[in-house]
Amino acid sequence: MNRTPAPTDTASTDTASTDSASTDTSGGSHWEELVTAALLGTARRTPSGIPAGREAPTALLDAAAVETVRRRAGMRPGRAAARVEPAVEDPRPLLPPAAARRLAMLLADRPGTGGGSGGRRGSAPDLMELLPQWLTTANRRGFAPRPEALPALLDAARGRTDLRPAVLAFAGPRALWLARLNTDWRFALRSTPGGGAALPGPEEPDRIRELWEEGLFAERVALLSGIRARDAAAARDLLATTWATERAEDRLMFLDSLRTGLCAADEPFLERALADRSRNVRATAAELLSALPGSALAGRMAERAVSCVAVDHTQGTPTIAVEAPHECDPGMERDGVVPKAPAGRGERSWWLGQLVEAAPLGTWSRRLGGRTPAEIVALPVADDWQSELHAAWCRAAVRQRDPSWSRALLGTPAAPEAGGPGAVSLAERAKLLGTLGAAERADWVAGFIAVHGLSEAFQLLGVCTVPWSGPLGRAVVDALNIARDAGSYPWSFSGVMGLAERCLDPSEALHLETLTAIPDEPENAAPGAGSYWSESFQRLVTTLRLRAAMQRELEEE
Amino acid sequence: MTQQGVRWTADQVLALAPDAASRKAGSKLGAAGPWSEAGSTDEGTVWGLCRGSSSRPYQTVIDIADSTGPAYKCSCPSRKFPCKHALGLLLLWAGEDGTVPRGQVPDWAEEWTEARRKRADDKRAASAAGSPASGDPEAARRRAERRAEHITAGAAELEQRLADLLRSGLATAEQAGYGLWEETAARMVDAQASGLAARVRELGAIPSSGPGWPVRLLEECALLHLLDQGWLRRERLPGGLAATVRSRIGLTGPADGPPVRDHWLVLAQYDTSDSRLTTRRIWLHGAESARPVLLLSYGAAGRAPELALPVGLALDAEVSAYPGAGQPRAALGEQFTPPAPTAIRPPGVSVAQAAAKYGEALRDDPWLDSHPVTLGRVIPTPDGDTWQLADADGELALPLTPATRPGSGLWRLIALSGGTPVTVFGECGHRGFTPLTAWPEGPGEAVPLC
Repeated sequence: MNRTPAPTDTASTDTASTDSASTDTSGGSHWEELVTAALLGTARRTPSGIPAGREAPTALLDAAAVETVRRRAGMRPGRAAARVEPAVEDPRPLLPPAAARRLAMLLADRPGTGGGSGGRRGSAPDLMELLPQWLTTANRRGFAPRPEALPALLDAARGRTDLRPAVLAFAGPRALWLARLNTDWRFALRSTPGGGAALPGPEEPDRIRELWEEGLFAERVALLSGIRARDAAAARDLLATTWATERAEDRLMFLDSLRTGLCAADEPFLERALADRSRNVRATAAELLSALPGSALAGRMAERAVSCVAVDHTQGTPTIAVEAPHECDPGMERDGVVPKAPAGRGERSWWLGQLVEAAPLGTWSRRLGGRTPAEIVALPVADDWQSELHAAWCRAAVRQRDPSWSRALLGTPAAPEAGGPGAVSLAERAKLLGTLGAAERADWVAGFIAVHGLSEAFQLLGVCTVPWSGPLGRAVVDALNIARDAGSYPWSFSGVMGLAERCLDPSEALHLETLTAIPDEPENAAPGAGSYWSESFQRLVTTLRLRAAMQRELEEE
Repeated sequence: MTQQGVRWTADQVLALAPDAASRKAGSKLGAAGPWSEAGSTDEGTVWGLCRGSSSRPYQTVIDIADSTGPAYKCSCPSRKFPCKHALGLLLLWAGEDGTVPRGQVPDWAEEWTEARRKRADDKRAASAAGSPASGDPEAARRRAERRAEHITAGAAELEQRLADLLRSGLATAEQAGYGLWEETAARMVDAQASGLAARVRELGAIPSSGPGWPVRLLEECALLHLLDQGWLRRERLPGGLAATVRSRIGLTGPADGPPVRDHWLVLAQYDTSDSRLTTRRIWLHGAESARPVLLLSYGAAGRAPELALPVGLALDAEVSAYPGAGQPRAALGEQFTPPAPTAIRPPGVSVAQAAAKYGEALRDDPWLDSHPVTLGRVIPTPDGDTWQLADADGELALPLTPATRPGSGLWRLIALSGGTPVTVFGECGHRGFTPLTAWPEGPGEAVPLC
């Protein structure tokens, strides 16, 4: 602020304070003189104008008091600095009031806001865990946050990278405007290509071309993925215009965006990319082509794979015989087969795995006597090749998103070793489940839990659609109930309990009421387990109620 | 007065929390799960049973209509005030999802509210019946005289010390360090001049406060000298200024101004604390009287002061001013309605008018550091490492004070503005402007910044 008017612009900075401010422009130098005298001490320097008969220090204080009050009273605002460009309008409707309040509560529960919650979890819900779901719903409904909530949202996203995409989508353009002003939130600019400027739409071919040719890498990736999502061919054509001049690592990223909406029409482009200078680009092109069962590459791989696998009828029962490749020829290498095996793996089985993985699954029925996938998977395999072969089929089923093969490889959920005939790992089973429809997936996992309990179900539950279907939800709750009756502590199941809080259908809260009572403790039960279970179920019920309320609040217009 | 449609916001409820841990714990209880038999009345009583770790549920009851802000009672053993159950229940009540229906107050809650209200009525009746003539008026006069003599001796001593300092020079203050001022402050406490003691203590911090400290030290020494001189010549001062001097010295009289009934909008509430005391400041704006009023409430260290009025609410109540010309400080008297949300906003002024208002206020109280003011149509604007509030329709700007919390409050203000004009209430003084509450240009609730 200006303490004294600058002599040149007294007219232009005329303010209401001129009457109380001194027009005496020498006030400034008088003050300077007083400060100097005060600093040195009146014993060394006596300020001018001391009235006779007054002690110098007192006179100095008198003068300084007058000057201080005068300076303060005469204070004027300063010149405004250059204004920032206002944030762009957010056209979305504002959150309904109840939902805005809920968001404030969810954000108030940030880690580090006190209340050390180490160790056992109480009966109160973990609000931060509900934030992702809240954000998903709010984003689906297309609501905009109240601007004053943005700092808390950005802080939440800063601390949790997994939340960033949803938070930034919800936070909208004003959050990026803010992020440009605060270095703490710079991550938002990095995560959002173009710093929030809207990507050009299909009606703006010139802007598309300009952005594609001159944009930053992140902007170009976003542009390409955006176009690919609505018009696969247009994205491929755009990519083709500059393909030859792109850097290898950029080509790899761009190629990856073709995964969305991959179709037979992409084959010629991908086939050309098989001859790319970069090994990684070649491998990705091969992988994409192998996911197109009709592609020439898939045909070549099928030919190679088929020559390695046959049914041997010379045994009592038909048995699959495997003859792994003896070399990785240049043709195989060109089609994406990686010649060098990782440490500890045999070269021949490494090549076989890649051939089988890339061959269209439809090949096998023809090759193996018209059998169905289930019949093929059930065939014995000679010479310990079974796990190698089945694992490759699993990868193929996931890559080619083939539900009938997935089903065959998963087997029935009740199978004794819980792994189906292929004895695949939980992680692979989770991936196979991902190729099935939501209902079938949920039913399979429900069946698995009914037979095998919860201890291994965590990973499988993770691929089920939220909210869980009725049968799946009931299977989980029944299993929890059984665990409780067995007398163990609930925290052995805290992972599943936490998932249930987030994924159970909120309408299940009603059925769960009875479980919140403290049960009679059975003999041999862990001491106090009953009340801990009661607490856990209370927390589950409370969380479900809260989720129901959250949904309701976001449905309001 | 009906409670329907006048629920509070979650922020307003959470503002009542004594600390961050309570805020978090309370948020978690703001869901139907652990609650049963919850209800509320139009008169402002809210109750419920909360299942906790004990076998019996806790009984929680809140009187929102209490004259000193919400009053709470909970059967839980927590020493936090309000406890997490009270916060959770208020959040539930604010949530409007029907889990706190209107109903008949249960006996256990009724007993408490009745007793509370009766106590309040008795107290009011007692104070209306005449101020407590504490014993012998002659003895009281003699006590006051003795105290005035002590203060006069203290002020004279302080004058001597200031003169010594100016004689040897402020530069020596830097070497003398903090001890010099601590000792002087202790002398002022002995002299029963708490206002002088506090100002002296602040002098001690100035030499380490960064560039320009000699100027600040001279200013504060000069104002301290002015206050000493005001006290020593108080008989010759006009009545209002004499009262201001007395209160600045530390002789606070009772709030004896005539009660002013108005619709008071709660503009801001914030706490400052030192090792011994938490001071809560609550700024009110009278809708009809158009005047700002400051309520002060104190709590022992680590304990939230009792009075709590969430920002954005308004209450129909009487306040009485404390003595002193231009003093915004007042005491909250009778409250006719519980605080309820309101669309009232204080009218805004330009940054130049805000600076002028502070200048005018110095006429009544030269020791004033800042003055409450609402800026209309200003834009938060970055200015180097700091921010300023610039007139949307002019070329002038007030810098934000260094005291402006650099944390979330400032960023809430910037986010709310988005580079466009907002209305901002705050304290405007010689150090700049401290924003406390803001409103968007269009319709929208008050956004607390502190």
